[in-house]
Amino acid sequence: MPETPIYGPGRVPVKLVVNGQTHLLNLLPSETLAEVLRGELGLTGTKVVCGMGDCGACTVWLGSKPVYSCLQLAIDCQSQPITTIEGLKRNGELHPVQQAFIADDAFQCGYCTSGQVMSMAALLERNPDPDEEAIRSAVAGNLCRCGAYPKIVRAGKRAAEMLRVSKEREAPGE
Amino acid sequence: MAKLVKTKVEVEGEVSEEYALVQEPLTTPWDVEEELKVVGKPVPRVDGEERASGAAHYPSDIRLPGMLHAKFLRSPYPHARVRRIDTSRAEQLPGVRAVMSKDNAPATPWNNKRPIFDDVARFAGDEVAAVAADTLTIARQALRLIQVDYEPLPFVLDPEAALHDDAPKIYPDGNLLDGEPTKYERGDVELALAEADVVVEGTFETPTQVHNSLETHGSVVTWEGDQVVVYDSTQNVFGVRDCVARWLGLDRNRVRVVKQFMGGGFGSKLGTGKYTVAAALLAKRTGRPIRFFLDRTEENIAAGHRHATRQYLRVGAKRDGTLLAIDLRSYTALGAYSAWGAAVGGPARELYNCANVRTYEYNVFTNIGPQSAFRAPGYVEGMFGLEILMDELAGQLGMDPLELRIKNYAARSPLNNLPYSSNGLLDTYEEGARAIGWDKRQQLDRTGTRRRGIGMASQIWGGAGAPPSYARVQVQSDASVTVITGTQDIGTGTKTILAQITAEELGVPLDKIRVEIGDSEWGLYSILSGGSMTAATVGPAVREAAADAKGQLINLAAQFLQVRPSTLTLNDGVIRGVKRRRPIEKRLAEILGELGDIMVIGNGSRAPNPDGVAIRTFGAQFVEVEVDIETGAVRVIKVVASHDCGRILNPLTTSSQIEGGVLQGMGYALMEQQIVDPKTGVVVNPNLENYFIPTMLDVPEIQVHMIDRADPNINNLGAKGVGEPPIIPTAPAIVNAVYDAIGIRFRSIPLTRDRVLDALERQQTSDIRQQTGVSG
Repeated sequence: MPETPIYGPGRVPVKLVVNGQTHLLNLLPSETLAEVLRGELGLTGTKVVCGMGDCGACTVWLGSKPVYSCLQLAIDCQSQPITTIEGLKRNGELHPVQQAFIADDAFQCGYCTSGQVMSMAALLERNPDPDEEAIRSAVAGNLCRCGAYPKIVRAGKRAAEMLRVSKEREAPGE
Repeated sequence: MAKLVKTKVEVEGEVSEEYALVQEPLTTPWDVEEELKVVGKPVPRVDGEERASGAAHYPSDIRLPGMLHAKFLRSPYPHARVRRIDTSRAEQLPGVRAVMSKDNAPATPWNNKRPIFDDVARFAGDEVAAVAADTLTIARQALRLIQVDYEPLPFVLDPEAALHDDAPKIYPDGNLLDGEPTKYERGDVELALAEADVVVEGTFETPTQVHNSLETHGSVVTWEGDQVVVYDSTQNVFGVRDCVARWLGLDRNRVRVVKQFMGGGFGSKLGTGKYTVAAALLAKRTGRPIRFFLDRTEENIAAGHRHATRQYLRVGAKRDGTLLAIDLRSYTALGAYSAWGAAVGGPARELYNCANVRTYEYNVFTNIGPQSAFRAPGYVEGMFGLEILMDELAGQLGMDPLELRIKNYAARSPLNNLPYSSNGLLDTYEEGARAIGWDKRQQLDRTGTRRRGIGMASQIWGGAGAPPSYARVQVQSDASVTVITGTQDIGTGTKTILAQITAEELGVPLDKIRVEIGDSEWGLYSILSGGSMTAATVGPAVREAAADAKGQLINLAAQFLQVRPSTLTLNDGVIRGVKRRRPIEKRLAEILGELGDIMVIGNGSRAPNPDGVAIRTFGAQFVEVEVDIETGAVRVIKVVASHDCGRILNPLTTSSQIEGGVLQGMGYALMEQQIVDPKTGVVVNPNLENYFIPTMLDVPEIQVHMIDRADPNINNLGAKGVGEPPIIPTAPAIVNAVYDAIGIRFRSIPLTRDRVLDALERQQTSDIRQQTGVSG
């Protein structure tokens, strides 16, 4: 794999690390990360709703940062690991945000849920003690047409609490 | 022995009499006061993990070997004759596998008896041709190579303008659906208006609201032997099955429609899409699976919307507030194809006890995309005008708006004078008023630049459910239970409530139950998921099936244990009883385990609704808003949503539906509108960039109040639907709250900042004129 990516024309070799697994692919330079995740890799948990950065349904992590995968070219995503909703489980267990979404009914149709969960989980990874405003603004770029928003706020709070409790368990007395 | 009955069926405000084949019922309604173990509890969704983990497969996620991608070529003109289509260059593009247009598509009639690809395009976005290719990119390239010779025709967008003699004709016999308005009249409206002490009137306009379901409309279609399999994002698997069967000339058992999950529908996915039939035809032609999904733009211009309305409304009353007359003339812009108009006059006809009511509803073809059902179609629009004018009437009479409504409460249905099976409207008024602080609204701050106000509005809607609907409850030999029925979950939590009902009736733990829905292959027919019908239709059938299975299990256990069946119970998966005065306790799994591979199959069907009662859902919403008079921004601070829909099967998922309805109603009131350029007839905001829907930052505090009282007179659950009711009162309640805040009565929505600022400016000008004595 060369240091600087080849930008075509035609298909070019691309190396992506997704959910801890390395994929060697031949992609058109115009292919978005969302298209590649869904089409090439079959990771259909990531949804494409608007395809133009309006709705956040396609949110994944590039490194630790949530990004709209419909606005990222796949060839530009080779330097950092990618995490999708399918890669959020730890030791076979759902991420606390996923557990909280289920407990609080923070979805209806569920089509925006992957994006909501990825945005919310990214917040909690960098700010384990968010106030309500931080929770709301973390998913302000994730549209939900069913209107699950009130329950999403509730789930965000529950997940933060779950993470706090589990951290206390890991490091007692601190 | 099954019995053939005739029963009233109401779908989206339209009532019809239909046959249903039903079993003699085994169950009676649970007692109103009875505390149930599983039903009524806030059980998280049984399929929650699939939704939260990305594992749920939506129709748009389906990928099949050899699958082709299809796209429509759409008319750029709002009205044009398609003189000639040349597809030869598109066909020669490598990777293109089929092109279909009016020249080679079957002539079977589609909407309004027009062929699937007609020689006239009737809206900017109308389907002119379809292409199937190896990739989406190639399909898009191919569309650009199709040459169409269009003859642009004059077009019309406004429904009233479309009725003028010189208006462009969208169909040869005119633009008015059925050639006349839908007329309703009781009493003598003109006489009553003449005798009224006070008459208020107004012209109300509501915008085109687009569902914008996050998953676009679409299907993946493949042939498996002599059967066509359709993965469809649909609210109606059996409707799609029947339509595809009809189009392709197949028996219904040769069409299988599958929908495990769907990304929203809100009424827009009750019909069968042209894309589905086109995909089936292309799949047949190419011998390959076809994926045919719309993109976001197409979703906005061609996949349905709530029709815009203009409503001329007059209300007359006595000095004491008694309503004497309601007179409504409404015009709806149907778009180019939809052959029905929603019941805009519904609220005027049935919300209040009023002897003289006249509604003339003009449903008019216009050169935009077809309208479709959108969550409480008609009632959302009609309630808007009626409940704003009721507030104005209260103002003229010097009455409390809530008091005026209570005074005109209808104790029996004004439509047929039948008593209601149950009616909690007054309770929802009381509960809502208390929770918002209705009596203290005078104390709100109206002095600064941000002014607070409180308003309210009422809700009435159906939600009775109806036969036919069938269910099966299978108990495997390990005592695990499978519930099978042909309904579909549109995001409301249907699987969960069906599991709860089964657990309650059968007496087995919830985690032993698996619910299989969303597949026509199992053949257990159930109605479409619309009209707030699913829970109250399918739930009772499932309870019947569970009761049948339970009876068989008890019988079987009695024979095995050699006791009389009447001595046995089944609870929490355990058979208990008495044998020779000694208690027996044996797990059901233990008993069945000793019987080899037996299976117990319980069947159930939905009993008809009772005669002699009117079944409706009721509610009221109370809203506090804040209007910034410097920026024109209207912010909803708090919504109290108080609703009566009988027994609540699951308060967790029910409150989710209510919150969602409120938020869509808030979007309708404040920000949502499709904008069509009057010069070109083209939608200028066909995306989520410029068509605004509420985001997290718009969300107010929402308090959900459920009356939660079982209706003993309807079905074996005592439950009615809840999907649509919560969107109905939101917009007029917001508009009434805005009046309370700034003293301006808006009669058109959405309340965008420019509209609010314009009105504030006019208010100021007229204040100055009044102060200085300048007239005009």
